[in-house]
Amino acid sequence: MEITGKVWRFGDDVDTDLIIPARYLNTSDPAELAKHCMEDADPEFAGRVSPGDIIVAGKNFGCGSSREHAPIAIKAAGLACVIAKSFARIFYRNSFNMGLPILECPDTDLFEAGKALTVNFDTGEIMLVGDDTRFSSKPIPPFMQELVQSGGLMQHIRKRLGGSDQ
Amino acid sequence: MGMTITEKILAAHAGLDHVTPGDLISAKVDVALGNDITAPIAIKRFRDAGAEKVFDKDRVILVPDHFVPNKDIQSAMQVKTVREFAREQGLTYFFDGGEMGVEHAILPEKGLVLPGDLVIGADSHTCTYGGLGAFSTGVGSTDLAAAMITGEVWLRVPEAMKFVFTGELSPWVEGKDLILYLIGDIGVDGALYRSMEFTGPVIDKLSVEGRMTMANMAIEAGGKNGIIAPDALTEEYVSGRAVREYQFYQSDADAEYAEVREYDVSTIEPQVAFPHLPENTRGISEVGDVPIDQVVIGSCTNGRIEDMRSAAAILKGHRADKNVRLIIIPTTPHIYRTAMEEGLFEIFMDAGAVISPPTCGPCLGGHMGILAQGERAVATTNRNFVGRMGHPESEVYLSNPAVAAASAILGKIAGPAEVVGS
Repeated sequence: MEITGKVWRFGDDVDTDLIIPARYLNTSDPAELAKHCMEDADPEFAGRVSPGDIIVAGKNFGCGSSREHAPIAIKAAGLACVIAKSFARIFYRNSFNMGLPILECPDTDLFEAGKALTVNFDTGEIMLVGDDTRFSSKPIPPFMQELVQSGGLMQHIRKRLGGSDQ
Repeated sequence: MGMTITEKILAAHAGLDHVTPGDLISAKVDVALGNDITAPIAIKRFRDAGAEKVFDKDRVILVPDHFVPNKDIQSAMQVKTVREFAREQGLTYFFDGGEMGVEHAILPEKGLVLPGDLVIGADSHTCTYGGLGAFSTGVGSTDLAAAMITGEVWLRVPEAMKFVFTGELSPWVEGKDLILYLIGDIGVDGALYRSMEFTGPVIDKLSVEGRMTMANMAIEAGGKNGIIAPDALTEEYVSGRAVREYQFYQSDADAEYAEVREYDVSTIEPQVAFPHLPENTRGISEVGDVPIDQVVIGSCTNGRIEDMRSAAAILKGHRADKNVRLIIIPTTPHIYRTAMEEGLFEIFMDAGAVISPPTCGPCLGGHMGILAQGERAVATTNRNFVGRMGHPESEVYLSNPAVAAASAILGKIAGPAEVVGS
C-alpha cells in the first residue's frame, strides 16, 4: 500500500501530553480527542490538518504515558502515518495494536513541512514528491507485520476465543 | 550464557528454560492493572472482542485514581464504566471511595504485586514494581484488554542495561535524586526498549520505598522496565503483606548487558529536573534563583510514608512562603492515616499546606492543583512535559520531597540545607 500526504514537522521527544493533553482524557471518544491532537505543540494543528497528512518528527516520538488516546487522536485526526527517527516503546506498541502505521527513518530532518511525501508501507520506502531521492525506513519485524495483517491484537484474540473473524 | 533477573522472570512466565534479547514470547501475567483513564477503553475492547469473563478475578485489578473523587460529569461517567465492570466481573481488588489509593502505591502496600511477578498495567509507571524485584511494564488499553481476557501478554525480550551505584550518599540525597541524575546522564531515550537494572552497595542500603521511586521513573529514560534484585529488605517489606507465593530471582554473574554504567554517588547532590524534560537535571547548587507558585508533594513517585516524613522533617516549625501554595498528597489511606497518627498533619497544616486525599490529580494536570499561565511548580512527581500540570505556558520542576519542602518555605527552588543547615 502506498500513500501520499503533506508533512507536518515536529521535533525530538514529542511526548504523549503534547499529542493529547491529560485535561481531555475524561473522554475516550476519538472525535473529541482528535479535536485536541497536538494542541500544546501547535494549537492550530487539529483545525488545519487534512486527511492523509503525515506527522514527521525526530527521536523518541510518543514518550511518556501509556495512554492509547495518543495514537487514537492521531488516527482520528486523519493522519495517515507517523515517521520518526525513533519511537517510545509503549507508543510503538499501542500504534501497532490499533493499526496506526508508524515508520522509523533516520533521515526525517530532510522532510520539510508542507512538502509531500509518498510512503510505501510494504517496502518501507519513502519518496520526496517532485524529487527522485528515496529513503528507506526500518523494516517492521515479522511478528508485528503478522499482528497488523490479522487486523490488530483484538482480532487476534477474537480468533482465539473462536469468534468470527471480521 | 547466564540470564539477567528480567530474562529469568520472562522465561519462567513463558514456560521456557531460556530467553535471549529480541525473542518474542507470550507470557502469563500475575496481575493486569488499569485505571480510570485507561480501563474504559480496555473494557470497550474487552466487550468488542466478545469476551464475557476476565481470566481471573483476583488478578485483574482496577484502581480509579486520576480523576476521583470525580472531578466533572465526563470523568464521573468514565469512572462509572469502570465501577460497573468491576462489580459485574466480581473483581476482588477494586479500590474506590475511602479505600482508593494511587495505584502504584496501593498495590505494593496491599501485597498484590510481589517479587518474581510479571505485571502489566495500562499506566506507564507500572514499572514501579521493579523495586520489589518484579518484572512490570506499562502497556496500552488494548494490551490490557487482551491480558484481561487471556491472562497473557506478548513481549519482546529487552536488551539489558546495568547501573551500578557506589559511594556514600550525601545528606538529603534520596532514590529520586539517583534516578534523576541517571536520566540526566543517559537522556529520556537513553534506555529505549531496554531493561534497566539498578545494583551496587548504595542500592543494597536503599529503602524499598526508595527503590520503587527509582524503578518508577525507568520509563522516563524510555526503559521497558526498571528492576532491583530482591533481598532481605524486600523480604521484610513483602512478608506479612503478600497475598500469594512469591519468588526471588537474581541475575547470573555471567548475564549479558548491552551497557554497564557506574556512578559514584558521593559527588551527587539533590537534583532538580528543569522544564520540559526529566533529563534537564541540575544539582541544587546549580539552580540559581527560580521563584515558584506551587509545591506538590505526592504521586506514585514520591507520595509514600518515607516521603511524608522527609517533607515533614524540613517543614517542621516553618511556614510555606505566602506566595506558595503547598499541596501534600499521601497516596494511600494507610499512608494518610499513618502520617496523621505520627503527627505529620499538624506539621503540614502549621506550614500552611493543603492535605489532599489520595489522587494522581495534579501530576498530570487533572485536578487538585492546576497551574495557570506563567506559573511554576516544584513537584515530587515524575514528568515535567509542556502543559503537564496545567497551562501549556506553566513550568514544572521535579525534585525529591525534602527539596520540594524547602522550596515551599523559601518561595523559590531551594535545597534542604538552606532551611535546616548541613
